[in-house]
Amino acid sequence: MALLARLRESYLLHSFLRDPVAVGSFIVVVLLVTAGFLAPVLAPMNPYDPAQIDVMDSELAPAWIDQDSSFLLGTDSQGRDILSTILYGTRVSVLIGLGAVALQAALGIGIGLISGYAGGRVDAVLMRVADVQLSFSTYMVAIFLGAIFQATFGVGRYEQIAVPFLIAVIGLAEWPQYARTVRASVLAEKKKEYVEAARVIGLPSGRIMWRHILPNTMTPVMVISTVQVANAIMSEAALSFIGLGMPVTKPSLGSLIKSGFEYIFSGAWWITLFPGVVLVLLILTINLLGDWMRDFLNPKLYKS
Amino acid sequence: MKIQPQDATATPRLLEVADLTVKFALRKGTLPAVSGVSFNLGPGERLGLVGESGAGKSVTGFAILNLIAKPGFIESGQVLFEGRNLTALPEDKLREVRGDRISMIFQDPMMTLNPVLTVGTQMIETLKAHRDISDKQAEAIALEKLRKVYIPSPEKRLAQYPHEFSGGMRQRIVIAIALLTNPALIIADEPTTALDVTIQAEIMDLLLELCRTENMGLILITHDLAVVSQVTQKIAVMYAGRIIEMGLTQEIISNPLHPYTQGLIRALPQSGSGRGARLEQIPGIMPSLYNIPKGCAFNPRCPKKCAICSDETPALLSRGSGSLVACHCV
Repeated sequence: MALLARLRESYLLHSFLRDPVAVGSFIVVVLLVTAGFLAPVLAPMNPYDPAQIDVMDSELAPAWIDQDSSFLLGTDSQGRDILSTILYGTRVSVLIGLGAVALQAALGIGIGLISGYAGGRVDAVLMRVADVQLSFSTYMVAIFLGAIFQATFGVGRYEQIAVPFLIAVIGLAEWPQYARTVRASVLAEKKKEYVEAARVIGLPSGRIMWRHILPNTMTPVMVISTVQVANAIMSEAALSFIGLGMPVTKPSLGSLIKSGFEYIFSGAWWITLFPGVVLVLLILTINLLGDWMRDFLNPKLYKS
Repeated sequence: MKIQPQDATATPRLLEVADLTVKFALRKGTLPAVSGVSFNLGPGERLGLVGESGAGKSVTGFAILNLIAKPGFIESGQVLFEGRNLTALPEDKLREVRGDRISMIFQDPMMTLNPVLTVGTQMIETLKAHRDISDKQAEAIALEKLRKVYIPSPEKRLAQYPHEFSGGMRQRIVIAIALLTNPALIIADEPTTALDVTIQAEIMDLLLELCRTENMGLILITHDLAVVSQVTQKIAVMYAGRIIEMGLTQEIISNPLHPYTQGLIRALPQSGSGRGARLEQIPGIMPSLYNIPKGCAFNPRCPKKCAICSDETPALLSRGSGSLVACHCV
């Protein structure tokens, strides 16, 4: 309650409410994410359940175009309701985005903190590892590992563990972003006198690192976290689009776009368009929120 | 060169710094920041380390805690504190001394408090790093110390962040943190430089009062002779990494022997010197570590320079009056 009262009086809330773009983006993100996570309740049908799908309903146009159709946003080639698959797909995409960012952050913050605080040889080695990691693009790592995985365990097994697999791949590929940002902040913070004071007090290094320096480096971490969530969702969509992400039976937004892509020229544009719109909306609003946060947390940047 | 500082008949010693030499390994070579510094401090005794910027005062302070950051290192010498040689103690044993038996206060209280933790958190953390006590007990001690430094309504203040305090209040908090573990020695590194003059006097009075009531030793690092003369019993004047004059405060202020100390004291405004009288200054600047002059480091600026001064480094010797002076010409 004290925290809530504090928030109500804070400059953060004041600045947020005065920015209509930020408020609008926040509302859209919250709506999309809650709709995604409430998919089993909200969706008209369960696209994972073959018993509920009728192949005879395939490629039906949205209800407001085709009078015979009872599906609000139409159906895909297997007769699944597009609205339902979008809801379930959003959930998968957001889950992978958040999971991958959590993994990136855990790895990157830990490595960046140690690298910046220890300095010297440890720093040099860790940062070169980060450079090597960054020189492989996310897609290359994912394609490489995904191909090996699918070849060894077979496509059937892959479907079951696709979500954690994608989280691991995207998380591992992007941790240097965090490591570099945190390291840079740590280098600036560790020269400040409160760190010296903590050493004079006799606190052990680990405690100084995690409890004193880390909280002071959180500003840039919050900003890149929002951007990275959007990036991770986009990476997942791109991987799914080229067939190395989520399988069609458990579609994410990316695999939905891909599955509809083949039918665009046969006139069934709705299979691709609606998931695409949701994906764009999700990423755009997350990025706009990130922009607002960067402006708010960095008073040196003035908006014209 | 061995220096035998002071007579051994004095009070039992709290701190004994002997022939301390700190060097910095830089690309241009290994440079001495502190050379052969020796002094003693009895329990409850207050010493002022005085000198210009770059004289090695702060480095000496950090060297006592064995907290010299790379590329600096303690080349030789001993720091005996309560019978233990801090220069030879392993890191985990050192941490037991730092912040527990010896506390340090820095120049800028805004910088020394962590901006994202409440004052209470920082105080409790300090205590728990050294004592095996509960949060409740730690909080009680923190409150007691905040009252000692005259912070009004300390219960409320404990939950606040450093930015909610004024500069003088922050320095009081820093002092309260330094007091938490009832240290035997406080090293105050220019504790009032970042504060305005009226607050300076308040903070110095507070420090003096606390040292007296708690019987704490104090090493006051400053360039302000006026402050030192009010607070300390002994003064050590440093120049280019060496102590060039050391003795009782009264003695040094009223009868400085080293030409440098004389210059410093003449540079202070005196009451009764009449309107329009110019203050004297010492010509030149302190040499940088890169090119400390041969012989007596002060010789290029010295008004009493003689031939031997540029050849031989003078030893810190007693000259009868009770003070120790490192000068060939006294």
